[in-house]
Amino acid sequence: MAAEREPPPLGEARQPELEELEDGEDLFTSTVSTLESSPSSPEPASLPTEDISTNSNGPKTAEIILDDDREDLFAATEEVSLDSPEREPILSPDPTPAITPVTPTTLVTPRMESKSITAPVIFDRSREEIEEEANGDVFDIEINVSDPEKVGDGMNAYMAYRVTTKTSLSMFHKNEFSVKRRFSDFLGLHSKLATKYLHVGYIVPPAPEKSIVGMTKVKVGKEDSSSTEFVEKRRAALERYLQRTVKHPTLLQDPDLRQFLESSELPRAVNTQALSGAGILRMVNKAADAVNKMTIKMNESDAWFEEKQQQFENLDQQLRKLHASVEALVCHRKELSANTAAFAKSAAMLGNSEDHTALSRALSQLAEVEEKIDQLHQEQAFADFYVFSELLGDYIRLIAAVKGVLDHRMKCWQKWQDAQVTLQKKREAEAKLQLANKPDKLQQAKDEIKEWETKVQQGERDFEQISKTIRKEVGRFEKERVKDFKTVIIKYLESLVQTQQQLIKYWEAFLPEAKAIA
Amino acid sequence: MEEPLEMPPGEESKPCSLSEELATDPSLQVEISDAVSERDKVKFTVQTKSSLPHFTRPALSVVRQHEDFVWLHDTFSENDEYAGIIIPPAPPRPDFEASREKLQRLGEGNSTLTREEFAKMKQELEGEYLAIFKKTVAMHEVFLQRLAAHPVLRRDHNFYVFLEYDQDLSVRGKNRKELLGGFFRNIVKSADEALITGVSGLKEVDEFFEHERTFLLEYHARVRDTCLKADRVMRSHKSLAEDYIPISVALGSLGTQEVRQLQTSFLKLAELFERLRKLEGRVASDEDLKLSDLLKYYMRDSQAAKDLLYRRLRALADYENANKALDRARMRNKEVKPAEAHQQLCCQRFEQLSASAKQELTDFKSRRISAFRKNLIELAELELKHAKASSLLLRNTLIVLKGDA
Repeated sequence: MAAEREPPPLGEARQPELEELEDGEDLFTSTVSTLESSPSSPEPASLPTEDISTNSNGPKTAEIILDDDREDLFAATEEVSLDSPEREPILSPDPTPAITPVTPTTLVTPRMESKSITAPVIFDRSREEIEEEANGDVFDIEINVSDPEKVGDGMNAYMAYRVTTKTSLSMFHKNEFSVKRRFSDFLGLHSKLATKYLHVGYIVPPAPEKSIVGMTKVKVGKEDSSSTEFVEKRRAALERYLQRTVKHPTLLQDPDLRQFLESSELPRAVNTQALSGAGILRMVNKAADAVNKMTIKMNESDAWFEEKQQQFENLDQQLRKLHASVEALVCHRKELSANTAAFAKSAAMLGNSEDHTALSRALSQLAEVEEKIDQLHQEQAFADFYVFSELLGDYIRLIAAVKGVLDHRMKCWQKWQDAQVTLQKKREAEAKLQLANKPDKLQQAKDEIKEWETKVQQGERDFEQISKTIRKEVGRFEKERVKDFKTVIIKYLESLVQTQQQLIKYWEAFLPEAKAIA
Repeated sequence: MEEPLEMPPGEESKPCSLSEELATDPSLQVEISDAVSERDKVKFTVQTKSSLPHFTRPALSVVRQHEDFVWLHDTFSENDEYAGIIIPPAPPRPDFEASREKLQRLGEGNSTLTREEFAKMKQELEGEYLAIFKKTVAMHEVFLQRLAAHPVLRRDHNFYVFLEYDQDLSVRGKNRKELLGGFFRNIVKSADEALITGVSGLKEVDEFFEHERTFLLEYHARVRDTCLKADRVMRSHKSLAEDYIPISVALGSLGTQEVRQLQTSFLKLAELFERLRKLEGRVASDEDLKLSDLLKYYMRDSQAAKDLLYRRLRALADYENANKALDRARMRNKEVKPAEAHQQLCCQRFEQLSASAKQELTDFKSRRISAFRKNLIELAELELKHAKASSLLLRNTLIVLKGDA
């Protein structure tokens, strides 16, 4: 497999590389994906090897989306050799190539050597980094959000959460550290990441939603179960948000993220307030975007994107339906729990008033069993919600981010097209001036043409770049999604099994009591 | 909705353990062999097999409606001869209203449901309808069987008429005046009871009855409350089962549209939820039969026992009054003989009633204990059965999904 991918030394084979790139294929793909695509790998996404070879023929159907993430291995070199100058301003001003491949722990060394062998000297740097990762610095970062604490009083109060990071990655100063953050800090982080990465095609995980009602209750100091539930729901959502963000190899390199995780003091993100000036501006922009989207008619030359658009649209609909049904389930299970508790109390009283001793005892036992079952129902509802329902909610929001990224690509295309139109106009203007023989204006016209020619080229490059990035991103996203869903489904089923096992225990204990009634 | 439904004999859904013993007494066996549901009415086919002499034939079959049962019950409870007996409570009116409404709403074309969901909901609701139907048959049957088993009540003339008269009994339901009258009678009864015990200072001399009275008052209230709560639990279980329908359908459609890697997971999950729905539904219906119905029955039966106590108390008050009247007559030395006769009568009546009541209440207790025992055991066994089935199903699915990873 490695042999198929042997990239020729950069200097000579610029052409074929570009061709392949135009196909939307990324020649420089990461070890990560190749390892994962090997049948012997433990990775759940069992990509057959032939997919990789066929992929070089061009964009394929949805079945092979996971192949697209054969990227990133040479991403570093991409920076160095293939240089896309426009990349730098987007990414952090880091001297080192920002994109270093992050390898999941399970997939390591065996393939490494073959990769480095085929990769010629030019890719030395990446090899070093890869080896570094393989040996110790594998994707190892664990984030926990805990200890919600109310700070302040009244309407100015807020919840502070402890964010703990455990990692062996060298980019961080320590191996284990924690900081206190409030909800608006998270929103601020997301805002920064979104500004930097969304419009070039990276799927930035969305932050948890604001809830004015929920927070007001907490601020006002209502110490009831609904506020504690709200805080817990938010804490879990924030944790999942950070975990998803750090899993993204590009975002992990971002200094803003690092600052968020590490530095003890963070400048307050005021622009995230719902009713702030910036907030209103955002709403206006969103509305404008929506209108624009409707008017852009893109000639989709790439069937892959059209398919993806459709696929995500369908997925979105299906997930929403499922999510609504699961929410109903959570609600009814909570009701069941409450009713079971009420029944337990009533049965206990009945047992008390029963004058036959053995029956009285059996009824009391029944009441106890039902009380325990009520607990079970509560725990199960908890699992229903946090394991299943919240996952669906997260993915509905994530898919919205994916759709956003696809929209950015459309806008990018539009910009390119507009530049072409302008260039054409400038050329026509210049031709007219030529005839009219006005030398001074002519020069200006020629300059403008030069300017717009550059812009057109830039536009084309941007478009290709964003298309490439999106393919990569979608591939990575789908892989993550499959993994996520599988893990969650198993976890959820295990919770259901647990409940049933407990039920068996309780009823088995009760049966002799019932039989003892004489 | 016209549908004849076959009722197999020896139906499991009997609320009271007595039914099995009742059914095996050869001298008089009564059962409801068939039932038909029409528009507003249910028609029960009552079959009797008897070796008793006053029946014209050893085997009889008649068709009766709910009103006939109520009429029969009322003739018993209004009959002074049976004052010392706990009259078996009348079966509740067949109530398909809720179920019918749900089916109607479903049929009205709720566009948010997919075809699959619709089919499943319909199945679910039809099952519910059938379950209610079976229950109402069982309750009517138990009522008759208790009458047939009671040494005194079984000899009642009206009972024979009910079992044998092959024409329509033409028992009209109580009109509004009668219903109102019944309502007032109940109020008067409770007021009377309060008066007897409170104002007149009637003392209960018998410890047994004193205990029974205190016990029954509280017990009845408790049973009624527990019955209500059990009903709510059962309905929550049903909601849960119904929730699994859209989930299963949504998972199914996700499964067919998803990427290859997730297809198995979603399709398996869809299947799982479909099966879990059925299991959850069975849990709900078993809780209904073994717990809710049991409690409902004993709520009504304990009320009948309370009524008995009231009648005895009334008789005691009459006796006391007769005593006082006799004393007064003796003092004035006027009409002593009639007063004496009256007092004798009251005394006899009271003592008969007391003796009979004692027996009845003892029977009531043993009936209650044995019914609770049976039902609680069956409930526990069924819950275990369903939990084990669910657990197995879940574990198998997990194995498949983990293997697929």
